[in-house]
Amino acid sequence: MYRYDETDRALVMQRVEQFRDQTRRYLAGELTEEEFRHLRLRNGLYQQRFAPMLRISVPYGLLESAQLRKMAHIVRKYDKGYGHFTTRQNIQLNWPKLEQVPDLLGELAQVQLHGIQACGNDTRNITGDYLAGVAADEQIDPRPYCELLRQYITLHPEFYWLPRKFKFGFTGAAVDRAATRTNDVAVHVVRREDGAIGYRFFVGGGLGRQPMLGQETNAFVPESDLLRYACAILRTFNRFGRRDNIHKARIKIVLREWGYERFRATIEEEYAKIKAGIEGEELLLLPQDIERVRAHFPAPAYRPAAEITADVAALAARDAAFAAWMKRNVRAHKVPGYRVVFVSLKAPDHVPGDCTAEQFEALAEICDAYSFGELRSTYDQNLVLADVAERDLQEVWRKLDAMKLATPNIGLITDIVCCPGLDFCGLANAGSIGVAQDIYRRFDTLDAQYEVGAIRITISGCMNGCGHHSVGHIGILGVDKHGEEWYQVTLGGSAGNDAAVGERIGRALARDEIAEGVERLIRAYLELRCDEDETFIECYRRVGMAPFKARLYGTESEAAAA
Amino acid sequence: MTMTILRDGALVQDDWTLVEDGRTDIELAGGKVIVTLARWRTEGKALAASHEAVGVLVPNTADIEAVYPEISDRKLIALQFPVFTDGRALSQAVVLRKRLGFKGELRAIGDVIQDLVFWLGRCGFDSIVPRQDQNLEACRAALDELTVAYQATADEHTPVWVRRRARAAVH
Repeated sequence: MYRYDETDRALVMQRVEQFRDQTRRYLAGELTEEEFRHLRLRNGLYQQRFAPMLRISVPYGLLESAQLRKMAHIVRKYDKGYGHFTTRQNIQLNWPKLEQVPDLLGELAQVQLHGIQACGNDTRNITGDYLAGVAADEQIDPRPYCELLRQYITLHPEFYWLPRKFKFGFTGAAVDRAATRTNDVAVHVVRREDGAIGYRFFVGGGLGRQPMLGQETNAFVPESDLLRYACAILRTFNRFGRRDNIHKARIKIVLREWGYERFRATIEEEYAKIKAGIEGEELLLLPQDIERVRAHFPAPAYRPAAEITADVAALAARDAAFAAWMKRNVRAHKVPGYRVVFVSLKAPDHVPGDCTAEQFEALAEICDAYSFGELRSTYDQNLVLADVAERDLQEVWRKLDAMKLATPNIGLITDIVCCPGLDFCGLANAGSIGVAQDIYRRFDTLDAQYEVGAIRITISGCMNGCGHHSVGHIGILGVDKHGEEWYQVTLGGSAGNDAAVGERIGRALARDEIAEGVERLIRAYLELRCDEDETFIECYRRVGMAPFKARLYGTESEAAAA
Repeated sequence: MTMTILRDGALVQDDWTLVEDGRTDIELAGGKVIVTLARWRTEGKALAASHEAVGVLVPNTADIEAVYPEISDRKLIALQFPVFTDGRALSQAVVLRKRLGFKGELRAIGDVIQDLVFWLGRCGFDSIVPRQDQNLEACRAALDELTVAYQATADEHTPVWVRRRARAAVH
């Protein structure tokens, strides 16, 4: 875990005081609504339907126990006793009071948390692989590079007033667990055949309207040039991103309007100029700069396997509930004797991603006792204990289960990704939480979930796509039609290595049809799949849209009309 | 009427006059005037002959590197902020200072509110014209709103990774 030094601490504390003064001036009428809007967004504060929402950045999804305890305190003192994990691995509070936010931010700063650039037209919090450092398929641990870039883009004066939000996603593994290519910039940390470390850059991804996946602009930027290349991309965007239409202001639109060749050439040309000038010297990372940050992410003090292995299979054989949890929520670890444990935030009748004060506290205790004091947030709105010894698994399971954090559904149909929707969000056109709960209830039994197998359902309450509907295997987008909530369904999206934007199946479904519609699609899949090993997405790719469409809309003629 | 502006961190009376396009009655004939790039291109020579100094206002959509040969000898270059959230001129400023080596007065004009001032200072603007309704003393103080920074842009800061490098070398 990165530890602040005096510079980091001073920066965050000064930032709190800067915002305290801005809030004071706004409340005194010295700043207009519009002026203050841009300032508060850059501190994570968003106006929702009923109250401000505060988004707290969790850099590349890493948390530690002291932060979890602080969050428990914060949600009790400033909110209604719970927080919400987002698809960008951040935490949102739904009910803070504007007057109290400067104090709230001051408390967060004590534990290295803040809302700097969590919203607004700026560089947002970096997302990353939640299995960084423990995944067997990892080539290079991306965390030091995430941290170096985090510092570079934090309060960068040249890139503080961008045309639109700008997001980076990192991975250093073979499997993309951070949906990197849905970001404006995806950075894949790679090792070349000759052993040299570098970055493969993809630029121009983005969800929301006109979802697109990033295109490769450089297959190997040397390790020393992370900031140089990032500067080239950001400057290109700042100069050429459209500012006349908010819906066309993302960098993906520059890519689309220019075409790939001109887009790539412009970034590369700026990169070459940066390298050749004074900026190039300043932005060059020396090996010791990288090593210094890498030292913040040491491997934990793993114990010898002989001390910590356990006959987990035997324990599971005696306890079906534990066995189900082992099967769904526990994964292999690269170190013998250790496992990766997923904490499900998708319990029945809970809002996906929500976490109560009591759960924050319990998680702090659990990660202190069993996972070296650290916790990670995932792209799917769940949490991860990355380093649990085998012999502790049953105890960890009992403690998680007692807090409703052990629902054995990771990667299954009830592990639904969902934005806050119309219940909270000022942008939403339709509810999403209620839809998630309706779908959940239809597949609540474990047998039904296991029968369906791996699938990813994603729900957004509006076009902005915080629920990543366009990259769900089944994506659901809430729309408003004459004051009624309707839902467009897409199939075939994916956020992984096989990233793809889903295709719309046909006419939107009404609020009372949507859960039934999903069930029909699932029944169609169970009939269509060639065997139990063929997942929903594989089946869809093989058979195509037509058979799903026919079964969703009932009759051939209705399907044709849809 | 002269205006109070921020120059080199101090509030001073402005000695330049901005002459918008279409205005033919250039007052203060013989004084210091700022004209648009378009006007500089057509009337530059005549203006330079009849004035103490001529500065150039460059639109924030211009390719500053392409334009620079035409204005590199100017004592003042002004860049525009049509709204305070439009940061294009920040990139122009950094390129002017760091890549092109412009050493003259670099002025920010337009919708310059107190909360933009700090970022302007860091990007190399040494001359800032706050919007008319702004509290000038607060604008001056805003230059030092934050005293720490991670990156070097066009001010005196050293990048944090370079500072940490130096600190590690000492220990």
